[in-house]
Amino acid sequence: MKGRPLLHTSYASEMALFNTPAKRVWFGVLLAVAVAVPFLLTDDILQLLALCCVAAIGAIGLGLVTGYAGQVSLGHAFFLAIGAYTAAAISGDPDGRVIGFGVTNMLVWLPAAGLAAAAAGVLVAPLATRLRGLYLAIVTLGLVFIGQHIASEWSSLTGGVGVGRPAASLEVFGYQLATTDAFATRDQKLFWLMLALLLVFALAARNLARSKVGRAFTAIRDRDIAAGVIGVNLARYKTIAFAVSSLYAGCAGALLYTVSGYFDPSSFSLLLSVQYIAMVLIGGAGTVSGAIAGAFFITLLPRLTRELQAWVPFISTQPNEVPNVFQVETILYGVLIIVFLIFEPRGLFGLWVRARNYWKAWPFSY
Amino acid sequence: MTILEFTDVHLSFAGVKAIDGVSFTVGRQELFAVIGPNGAGKTSIFNVLSGVYRPRSGRVVFDGTDLVGKRPHEIAALGMARTFQNVELFANLTVLDNLMLGRHNHIRYGPLSAIAWLGRARRAELAAREAVEQIVDFLELEQWRRLPVGLLPYGVQKRVELGRALAMEPKLLLLDEPVGGMNVEETEDMARFILDIRDELDIPIVLVEHDMGLVMDLADRVLVVDFGRAVATGPPADIQHHPDVIRAYLGEVQPT
Ligand SMILES: Nc1ncnc2c1ncn2[C@@H]1O[C@H](COP(=O)(O)OP(=O)(O)OP(=O)(O)O)[C@@H](O)[C@H]1O
Ligand SMILES: [Mg+2]
Repeated sequence: MKGRPLLHTSYASEMALFNTPAKRVWFGVLLAVAVAVPFLLTDDILQLLALCCVAAIGAIGLGLVTGYAGQVSLGHAFFLAIGAYTAAAISGDPDGRVIGFGVTNMLVWLPAAGLAAAAAGVLVAPLATRLRGLYLAIVTLGLVFIGQHIASEWSSLTGGVGVGRPAASLEVFGYQLATTDAFATRDQKLFWLMLALLLVFALAARNLARSKVGRAFTAIRDRDIAAGVIGVNLARYKTIAFAVSSLYAGCAGALLYTVSGYFDPSSFSLLLSVQYIAMVLIGGAGTVSGAIAGAFFITLLPRLTRELQAWVPFISTQPNEVPNVFQVETILYGVLIIVFLIFEPRGLFGLWVRARNYWKAWPFSY
Repeated sequence: MTILEFTDVHLSFAGVKAIDGVSFTVGRQELFAVIGPNGAGKTSIFNVLSGVYRPRSGRVVFDGTDLVGKRPHEIAALGMARTFQNVELFANLTVLDNLMLGRHNHIRYGPLSAIAWLGRARRAELAAREAVEQIVDFLELEQWRRLPVGLLPYGVQKRVELGRALAMEPKLLLLDEPVGGMNVEETEDMARFILDIRDELDIPIVLVEHDMGLVMDLADRVLVVDFGRAVATGPPADIQHHPDVIRAYLGEVQPT
């Protein structure tokens, strides 16, 4: 319909993913900026942005189980670890110091990491059908400790605490995806690769969220008795939620350390789980774009606090001095979670909605 | 022909006998009402029927299948739909999404098709949307379609909840106080919808209601419960004059 772009003349056009011109334009602009950005930024920032994209994949996963399905999981670090070690072991050097099977193709180790973590998620899901709320949070927290214990003991897989092992290699059928060549640097390629993967995972999550499955998730989150009475099989959908969430975590875990190339069992601590919870809560629980925004925000936060040091000289960058930037960071996570929960439970996404509504209504203040 | 047989059901909570040996049957064309004072056990009967509570003993046969021990989603899949006394809608979701949730069992695709959103999932969603729009039409909900249910007036929410139950295309509909808390005009609208459902959509209904006028006007037969026991069953005209009923229930309300 010319002249009335917001008028839908079929259910199909209304149900489309980008169902308004504004959404299409925004998405196009963002994508164009993202693709162009590597030509403008330095390599260390690109590396950080690549990490943001991977973290966003993990955050979308947690967002599905916690934000959409309402099952609070503190065990995300556990599933990230399963993905990271599955990928690293499959692609590792068979003659190396740690377990490796020498299958370096990303098209093998990435799905394998996702599936291994998803399988673990399916095993954990029955807990969610018996426990709710805080109890579930505490039990999933237990997973993190179990995972950490196994990772520090099983040094033939993990390399042991303080030593670690190389991450999976970014290679498809013998072609190295991230090496510096005449056209682009390693970090530029890394960023594009992770961005492309993020787009795929985000699109899949959006489709899932707007489908029958996503609706069932929200029904379980908001009123589980009513959900059962209208025909939602609670056990089945909680299992699906955990499986998909863990699959995302597994893939994110597998990719996360390919950026630095190396990782150590101490990475998968409770702090990592808390960071992902913070991403979901700060970004806005129950939205995919919120999880992405939250992931970028939390991943960039350490960099910002380090910049802060230039302005606030009494904060030290040495971990053994007080106050140091690491303490500031930890406190900031806590403060941000509390501030957002109290003042804008819809997170960054909510701020965006408010800003948008303000401009829509401008110059009227209601 | 009966669609529902409820036979000698017992249910108790820590000493409180919520249902104490109630039996009744509902016919395939019937509008069957359950009345009784507060705390008589009416909602408990619905909770047993929809699988939310498991009775201590008794038999519940719905369309040839024994329901005792079945979980709510299994009972829903057999074709039983209900509304709740205190609206149990998904308040953050729009009217359309709430109704789409009602079609959960009629939309058949798995998580993988959902992720790809190609042919199958897309077609199923479109078909569900069309079915849902018919319910929007039927219940005159057009103007609220896209609003989150939590923002709607109570009377409209009750109607949306009825819509969600209808979206399930049930073989039997349970309505728990559909006009509770409504004004006269909303009550009349609701009465009209209930009659249309029985007469046009041919869905048998079990109705729990405190509004005597409504029950007497609509019901084919009435069951009176008090303290978890069935006091009397019969056509509304007989029930009104039944001495036990007057003692148990109508004592406080003047019979009309
Ligand atoms: N979950 C529960 N736990 C404990 N007691 C319950 C529970 N559900 C119902 N009861 C008790 O069972 C009895 C019957 O309650 P029910 O809700 O079925 O009554 P009702 O007839 O629907 O009343 P009303 O007209 O007020 O809705 C009451 O004494 C109530 O306190
Ligand atoms: Mg009741």
